[in-house]
Amino acid sequence: MSYVRAPSPDRMESVIAEMTTSMQHRIALAPAGICPVEMTMVFLRLCHAQSCGKCVPCRIGLGKMADIISDLIDGRGDPSLLSTLEATARTVRDTSDCVLGVHAGSMVLRNLDEFLNDFQSHALESRCVGIFAGPIPCQSACPAGVNVPGYIALIREGKPKEAVALIREANPLPTVCALICDHPCEAHCRRRMLDDAVNIRGLKRYAVESSGDVPLPEPLPPTGKKVAVVGGGPAGLTCAYYLALWGHDVTIFEKYPKLGGMLRYGIPEYRLPKALLDKEIERILSLGIPAKTSFEIGKDASIEGLRREYDAVFLAIGCHEDRKLGIEGEEGPDVVSAVSFLRQVISGPLPVLRGKIVAVVGGGNVAMDAARTAVRLGAREVKLVYRRRREDMPADPKEVTGALEEGVDLIDLASPVRVTRNERGAVTGLIIRPMVAGPIDDSGRPKPVPSGRPDETVECDVIIVAIGQSSESARFKEEGIPTNKDLVVAGEDLSVPGVPGVFAGGDCVSGPSTAVKAIGHGKTAALNIHVYLGGEPVETARHPIPPARPSDMMPSGRVELKERSPLVRVRDFRMVEKGMSAEEALREAHRCLRCDHYGCAPLRSGRWYAWSR
Amino acid sequence: MVKITIDGKEVTASPECTILEAATKAGFRIPTLCHLKGINDVGACRVCVVEIEGVEKLVTSCNITVRDGMSVLTASPRVREARRTVVELLLSEHDCNCPTCPQNGKCDLQSLAEKLGVRTQKYHSSAPQGEPDTSSPSLVKDPRKCILCYRCVSVCDRVQSMGIWTIAGAGGHTQVVPEGGAPLAHTACTYCGQCVVSCPVGALSEKDDRDVAWELLNSRKQGKRIVTQVAPAVRASWGEALGLPRSVATPGRLVAALKHIGFDLVFDTCFAADVTVIEEAAELLRRAGLVEGQRSHGGPNARRMPMFTSCCPAWVRFLGAEYPEFLPCLSSAKSPQQMFGALAKTYWAQSFGVGAGDIRVLSLMPCTAKKYEASLDVMSSSGFRDVDVTLTTREISSLIMEEGVRVENLPEVDFDSPLGLASGAGVIFGSTGGVMEAALRTAYYLATGKNPPVDAFRVVRGTGGRREAEFDVAGKTLTVAVVHGLGNARMLLEDIKAKRVAYDFVEVMACPGGCAGGGGQPYAQGFEYNPEAGARAQTLYGIDDKAPVRFAHENPAVIELYDKFLKTPGGELSEKLLHTDHRLWGIQARSRRVMAAAAT
Repeated sequence: MSYVRAPSPDRMESVIAEMTTSMQHRIALAPAGICPVEMTMVFLRLCHAQSCGKCVPCRIGLGKMADIISDLIDGRGDPSLLSTLEATARTVRDTSDCVLGVHAGSMVLRNLDEFLNDFQSHALESRCVGIFAGPIPCQSACPAGVNVPGYIALIREGKPKEAVALIREANPLPTVCALICDHPCEAHCRRRMLDDAVNIRGLKRYAVESSGDVPLPEPLPPTGKKVAVVGGGPAGLTCAYYLALWGHDVTIFEKYPKLGGMLRYGIPEYRLPKALLDKEIERILSLGIPAKTSFEIGKDASIEGLRREYDAVFLAIGCHEDRKLGIEGEEGPDVVSAVSFLRQVISGPLPVLRGKIVAVVGGGNVAMDAARTAVRLGAREVKLVYRRRREDMPADPKEVTGALEEGVDLIDLASPVRVTRNERGAVTGLIIRPMVAGPIDDSGRPKPVPSGRPDETVECDVIIVAIGQSSESARFKEEGIPTNKDLVVAGEDLSVPGVPGVFAGGDCVSGPSTAVKAIGHGKTAALNIHVYLGGEPVETARHPIPPARPSDMMPSGRVELKERSPLVRVRDFRMVEKGMSAEEALREAHRCLRCDHYGCAPLRSGRWYAWSR
Repeated sequence: MVKITIDGKEVTASPECTILEAATKAGFRIPTLCHLKGINDVGACRVCVVEIEGVEKLVTSCNITVRDGMSVLTASPRVREARRTVVELLLSEHDCNCPTCPQNGKCDLQSLAEKLGVRTQKYHSSAPQGEPDTSSPSLVKDPRKCILCYRCVSVCDRVQSMGIWTIAGAGGHTQVVPEGGAPLAHTACTYCGQCVVSCPVGALSEKDDRDVAWELLNSRKQGKRIVTQVAPAVRASWGEALGLPRSVATPGRLVAALKHIGFDLVFDTCFAADVTVIEEAAELLRRAGLVEGQRSHGGPNARRMPMFTSCCPAWVRFLGAEYPEFLPCLSSAKSPQQMFGALAKTYWAQSFGVGAGDIRVLSLMPCTAKKYEASLDVMSSSGFRDVDVTLTTREISSLIMEEGVRVENLPEVDFDSPLGLASGAGVIFGSTGGVMEAALRTAYYLATGKNPPVDAFRVVRGTGGRREAEFDVAGKTLTVAVVHGLGNARMLLEDIKAKRVAYDFVEVMACPGGCAGGGGQPYAQGFEYNPEAGARAQTLYGIDDKAPVRFAHENPAVIELYDKFLKTPGGELSEKLLHTDHRLWGIQARSRRVMAAAAT
């Protein structure tokens, strides 16, 4: 008989731990629109199972709260139950001894607050207002609504051309998304319950790279309606593409010398080669869309003028303006914004950074792009200064890793205080204040607060500021376009309130965001402009989708895209990532669970309506 | 073709067919429940699962296609266990008061439980709660019977393009409800009843009016005269639910059975169909400018083309809800059911010296929407309701059964005169294309003064979703189209709106197959959609072929009606009794559905 046992994880513990992880995945993959009332009940049952049973509020209260919600769900509820529930949750939160009960109580209170409508409709009308809205999780998560299982099935059947044509039904920029999409689809991939998400973007890249030139569909007969698209970025290009397909006469107006918006002037060559972007844009313009480049609305023409000449106007000017740090020493040479830095790299002359120390301030994708570009321009050192922690960065984690692999030095929890300059005015350093992760703020991340350590100096010759961009909407405001802060105001249908025939979308409405969201906006706007111009919702040609095969759902590993070695890739601007081989693509395509066939997707009737039936 | 093995037997199949189709073709019997071929392939019930060699999970045979070399077991121990468990689970959440169910004896779930040998109930039984939705004059939805097979949802969406049935909630609380969760009567439901004939259980049924019919019989004691009309398509299907072969279930025995029950005046809706033909043909010629004349209804739209047939109330409701701008295109002619009622309470009442208020009109229809049509306030031209009770084919079969009529022993009896005399043209009204063909036979005569060859317009027959033809009538080319199924009707209207097509005359029937496949027709078992519609239509065309009179305008009873009473087609009395302004039906235009741009 031993007196003390050495702690060792036993089998039961590890199985429970495995179950907990799968539970996390399941919960993370909860279909959109799932009833929050029922989820709260299930959550409480879980909390109750975890209760050690010592204290009254947790031991008894958690079960009673779950019972009350169960009554509500089964239509045995009355409004008084809601106040009982709230009072119980408050007591559980306020009187439980440890976090097991406190946390459960506060979650219930939070849900009652957040989903009051749902709770009330259950209590008063015995009705669930939840709509099971995400039958095909990847497709529902895609802002452009691309039929992901469909094109993966086509890849699996060896039909990459058809796959690209299918993608184009929802997204006219397949190459762009194959290379730089932030793939929200993968986060929702149901495969994660089994092992890991399907490499959707990788498969799209395979389709694009192996399909050769895929002809565009024939446009519908001309409607005689004219539309002006202001801004040739992803939103504008998408909107122009669909409107042109549906027979409208579209013209794109672009301020810069070339089309593409941030795709061209923001995203570095090593992520999105401009030759490929040019090809994609040319293909869209081949529908007969003239583009007037180096043409600035507000200078070369007015909104009012466009409205007179065109039947509808789509504003998609993006967010190309700098945000300042607002610190001492910022004004002057060698402190540049990331957007103008990246733009200059594209349009020239190349900034000279060889041998210099560059500090990049920010933690988003633009900061990573700037830092990794600075590395490639030969900077001696690149330091990334961020006021929160690495895990709080909004940048794609892959981009962060890529930057660090390329030798970028991360200085996190550092808030810029002042730029120091020598007597000639040249930058000598950035004074930063060390921070500590504080209470969680509205963004769900810990707010950085001063740590009490003394300020430090980050030595540098050049500072690149990447703390966000704003839209140049001021001159629109003068023309009566409603704005909020620096963004254009648009309704859910992207129409601009009070200005008939004018629609707006993309970054200038949403604030700086992803390419695929801009594409989604472009498509929504195109459809609503089409209807505004008297058109009927359009049925796009539907490519037949191969039938699903019997599925076993056996766990298997995910095929990752390979990257060129960091030591080699920093020497040029060629693409970092490599595409899949045919074998890799086939293997990965096999992993798709075909949620368009298995599950509730075939029940599309009755659940929700397609954008064009 | 691919080679597969089913239960050890080698079978060839075409590569696009499902395992179920391949197995059925090869003589195997895989049970199904939710599957409705080509319409509902959602794989919800899991009854049709089979084992495939090399695949660990069981596979639904209804929606997985065959692949070369596949080896299938349709009845292995694993499969049997799974099927029986699934049915037991279904039964545990089903209101199993089978004897009082409209589908008793015809129910797919009931027969499945029997076939799979389910004798015990091992799960705690918890049928869903809730009261039947009886808000509409036509259809009843009983949530306690619903097994969530989603056939109604798919049929309403994919066949009828209406999407009235929607899925609410999720998990254990999933329900099929009318759109927006509203009572059915508050929706744009056309009452076509295709959901009812597709329901494998008794969750959907017609509004039960059998007791009203029995009461009608009792009212004879108060001196009421009960006048019965039998719709064309009913004569082709009434025996199915009674298990009678078509050779026994003739129109003559239906008349005999009705008389046996006590409905002593059995007339024929086909008589009124002949009148409809004449009114509609005359209207077509006026609209097409082939003859001069004015209509009292319609005002500036009196000449709007194309002219749509108006005898299908589900189609009228569809148009009013979805395309109200096209209502003036409808022929103003009432449907034969309503024309019959109006004439029975005026013309027949006068001829036989009966007060209109003492007549009760019972109609036997293959249709659920006819109950709605008869209930409309505007349908009372005589001052009394045109039609007092409408029963579906299913209900009339049930009355015959309840009365214990030994149909096979009954001699055939003719319809009563004069409202029971009909031409073959009136009979084919019950099939898609029939109204068109009948109307063209008479329109040709009205325009040219002579009869066309009787089979001149046969090309409009068939089963294609849209059939088009051109005919030369009095030197003018008439372009006509026939559609059936509201999904096809919607596509046709979209094409007309977009000016991709133009027609002079269009026949629309809401149900696939026309009234032969009507929503009031007998239930079918199995996974074929509407399997009997074709055979019923053939029965109708067979009657027409042998009919002594095949032109509506040659029906002596109709000639007498015009001579003695109506005088002229489209005349003042016709307009009053036989025509309607569809804008007065009070159909709510459906609000445009908001669509999510991202979802496809």
